[in-house]
Amino acid sequence: MEYLTTIGLEVHVQLRTASKMFCSCPHRYGAPPNSQTCPVCLGYPGVLPVPNRQAIEWTMLTGLMLGCRIARYSKFDRKSYFYPDMPKNYQISQYDLPLCEGGYVEVDLENGDTKKVGITRIHLEEDVAKSTHHSTTSAIDFNRAGTPLMEIVTEPDIAGPEEAYAFLTSLKQILTFGGVSDCNMEQGNIRCDANISIRPVGQDGLGVKTEIKNMNTFSGAQRALAYEVERQKEILNSGGRIEQETRRWDDVSGTTELMRSKEDAHDYRYFPDPDLMPMVVDEAWISRLTAEMPELPRTRKARFERQYGISPYDAGVLTADPELALFYEAAAAGSADAKAAANLVSNLLLHALAEAGMEIGSSPVRPEHITSLVNLVAEGTISSQIAKDVFAVVFETGRGPEEIVRERGLVQVQDTDQIRTWVRSVIEENPGPAADFRAGREKAIGRLVGAVMKASRGKANPQLVNEVLREELTRGGV
Amino acid sequence: MRDVSTAIRGGELSCREAVEALLERIERFDGRINAYLDTTAEAALARADAMDRGARGEGRLWGVPIGIKDVIAVEGAPCRCGSRMLDRFLSPYDGTVVRKLKDAGSIPMGRLNMDEFAMGSTNENSGFGPVCNPWDPAYVSGGSSGGSAAAVASGMAYGALGSDTGGSIRQPASLCGVVGLKPTYGRVSRFGLVAYASSLDQIGPITRDVTDAALLFDVICGHDPQDATSLQRQTPATSAGLEGGVKGMRIGLPREYFAAGLDPEVEAAVRRGVETLQGLGAEVEEVSLPHTEYAVATYYILATAEASANLARFDGVRYGHRCSEPEDVTDLYFRSRAEGFGSEVKRRIILGTYVLSSGYYDAYYLRAQKARTLIRRDFEKAFERVDLLAAAVSPTPAYALGACVDDPLQMYLGDILTVPMNLAGNCGISVPCGLTAGGLPIGLQLMGPPFAEAELLRAARAFEAETPWHRKQPDMAVLEQRSAEGA
Ligand SMILES: [Zn+2]
Repeated sequence: MEYLTTIGLEVHVQLRTASKMFCSCPHRYGAPPNSQTCPVCLGYPGVLPVPNRQAIEWTMLTGLMLGCRIARYSKFDRKSYFYPDMPKNYQISQYDLPLCEGGYVEVDLENGDTKKVGITRIHLEEDVAKSTHHSTTSAIDFNRAGTPLMEIVTEPDIAGPEEAYAFLTSLKQILTFGGVSDCNMEQGNIRCDANISIRPVGQDGLGVKTEIKNMNTFSGAQRALAYEVERQKEILNSGGRIEQETRRWDDVSGTTELMRSKEDAHDYRYFPDPDLMPMVVDEAWISRLTAEMPELPRTRKARFERQYGISPYDAGVLTADPELALFYEAAAAGSADAKAAANLVSNLLLHALAEAGMEIGSSPVRPEHITSLVNLVAEGTISSQIAKDVFAVVFETGRGPEEIVRERGLVQVQDTDQIRTWVRSVIEENPGPAADFRAGREKAIGRLVGAVMKASRGKANPQLVNEVLREELTRGGV
Repeated sequence: MRDVSTAIRGGELSCREAVEALLERIERFDGRINAYLDTTAEAALARADAMDRGARGEGRLWGVPIGIKDVIAVEGAPCRCGSRMLDRFLSPYDGTVVRKLKDAGSIPMGRLNMDEFAMGSTNENSGFGPVCNPWDPAYVSGGSSGGSAAAVASGMAYGALGSDTGGSIRQPASLCGVVGLKPTYGRVSRFGLVAYASSLDQIGPITRDVTDAALLFDVICGHDPQDATSLQRQTPATSAGLEGGVKGMRIGLPREYFAAGLDPEVEAAVRRGVETLQGLGAEVEEVSLPHTEYAVATYYILATAEASANLARFDGVRYGHRCSEPEDVTDLYFRSRAEGFGSEVKRRIILGTYVLSSGYYDAYYLRAQKARTLIRRDFEKAFERVDLLAAAVSPTPAYALGACVDDPLQMYLGDILTVPMNLAGNCGISVPCGLTAGGLPIGLQLMGPPFAEAELLRAARAFEAETPWHRKQPDMAVLEQRSAEGA
């Protein structure tokens, strides 16, 4: 039987604020266990929470970037359940009056279409501690407890695991562009849970859904959802019934396992947190945030294609990361050929950085290096082949391309007489390909060009080499 | 309190002597009263010595020891909240009021006994034994700030801090014959006050007279960025206009507060008190607070709901009592909490958990919130016509020890005259206004709208200046004698 898949996601995003949600502790990843704690985030008797204004603002900013309505009146609630990773045994969260409602994320599908995935709501809460379980004991690190955590809930608009992956990628792009989160998956900055159901094609109502937890990477989420679709299909195909339950994804075994059934669902006993005043948001605040809103990835991508005349693919690559986009714009600004600059950045630079395990932020090649490389090629001073070598040296040394070109004598040879000398000796040394060309096999010239370039140690102007070769071959043939 | 301050300022008394005088009295009398869970003598003497060695400061409470209810955090001191749950727990920080006391030169001293986690009105719910009434140790001190009130009444503290969630400052002050002020919600920082019901709790002074109460209030009040419910508005010190009198002040008598159930001796003393104010030039009229009858039920739903979450942190994981050899984390929770909490606390946690549970939330919690709004509006309406309200604090004088232990409902009903004000967030004060034939104190309650502490204290001071009650003290010699006989 054919099935349709319906997925809704709950994405948890840690905000990159300087301090925690309700106290002044920092929340740097990787600090020694329990070194970033205070009586407030440890839930000591008598302490009170003071909300982090930056976190509230960034949640509103996220709402604006996703086209949400920003609540004029919002509040924090207590969500009660006992678990050692919760210092107070309740979590300060938002229940019925979240900061943002409505909105959408535009997602590019594989078939080239664009789809809007609806956002139900965005609310702000505090992250819990991290527990690790050993054979007979458990340890808790409260460094993470109290980190500002934004929960973004989607509509059940996602039609499959690949779409979920595409959604998460688009969302991450927006969040990093907005500067609200580092979205570093290894550091747990962005985590997601999913609700997933399948139903036979033709059936109107949705099938029974399961909730999948513990998906810590986007690819993990995609695999978990794909696994769950298959698991549900198998049950339905063998005449079984899907149970409404919560399942945990195990990234190692690549399976989901039962965490709790519907009967064991928690009663969180939400009620308004009496320690915190309701948040009242006025128009002025929203207008200020709207004015500060950064250009969104999709808008920027479209502008790159238009402004720089680059391919949708290159524009996509260059706008995937806000820092990279800034880098490219700086490089393209003085370049005679913005397209060539795009090539250098998206091919050479990203490749070199990946090989070196580096980020764009620590790149030894600066935007002005790219500009001068592009211009050296455009002016004909060096060939694009030589440009690649120069790039490698710049990457290694951080020195300017002009300097390297001058020092190493890499200036392109434009002298036709010099080129003709190389061409003649190459023809002499390669009678086979020369004969082939003369016999009408146009392709054979490629090998000869290559040989001339090699003879010139890459410095000959390839355009001239081509011209002179043709001249010499034709002449010799007559 | 201010006599001690004056003596220290004048060089007639050292800070150490001020502390030692109290320690001596505590040594003599507290065996019978049980007001102190801990005197924190070592820390108090060390601070006193340091102050005696240094230059004399300008603080308004320079060198004056102030007793601290066991629910307020003092760095390095026990903070057990009258509970076995926090046995051996030491607070790692100072609450804001304690910091303010220290800034004013005061010496925070002692941990004053209380009903466990401030839940109770007799102090019999303490995990460390009840506090006895200094006027007659066969009677309760009232609660939950019973230790604070009894210590001040018996001269074992010059002044003390208590906390009031549903009457916990005013009621023991009334029953022990001292002054107790419950400030407007949000005027005194709650940072460092272990929460019972966060939307109702307020810290306030318990003192021998109104002038001391005003002084102590002026020291501890004010906006605190560490308490998000703390109010921004600043007002002038209440001490300044304290002697302004009540001429022309309009005082309302809530009809519902003089209903059946009010002890005749209490009613008579309160009505005489009102006449005194009238004689001083106040205009008295009857007003109505029609939703009063819902106040106790509303209070016990909202307070216990908040408490059920506030007390969830006491789980044996990070601090406090932990059961021995737990099998797993659930066992750890169950047994640590079962062993650590007393029965009244358990009762209120269960009630609070119930009223917040899905399916019951609307019927209880939500309706109680609506009732709270109606009760607040009653007061707003009344305060359009009058400046202050006057009534009794407790419908009866102190109960005999043990009289209410098996009847929590009866005890809850005793809160009828104090809880409405907490629900409304207003301010109120209890001042001594008489003694029963049996020699037990009776308090007059004055209530004001938010931020009316100055008017409230002014009226209380005018009353006090005209009456002898605040000068009456329990006969400690009799107490000591009885105590010796008992031993
Ligand atoms: Zn902290």
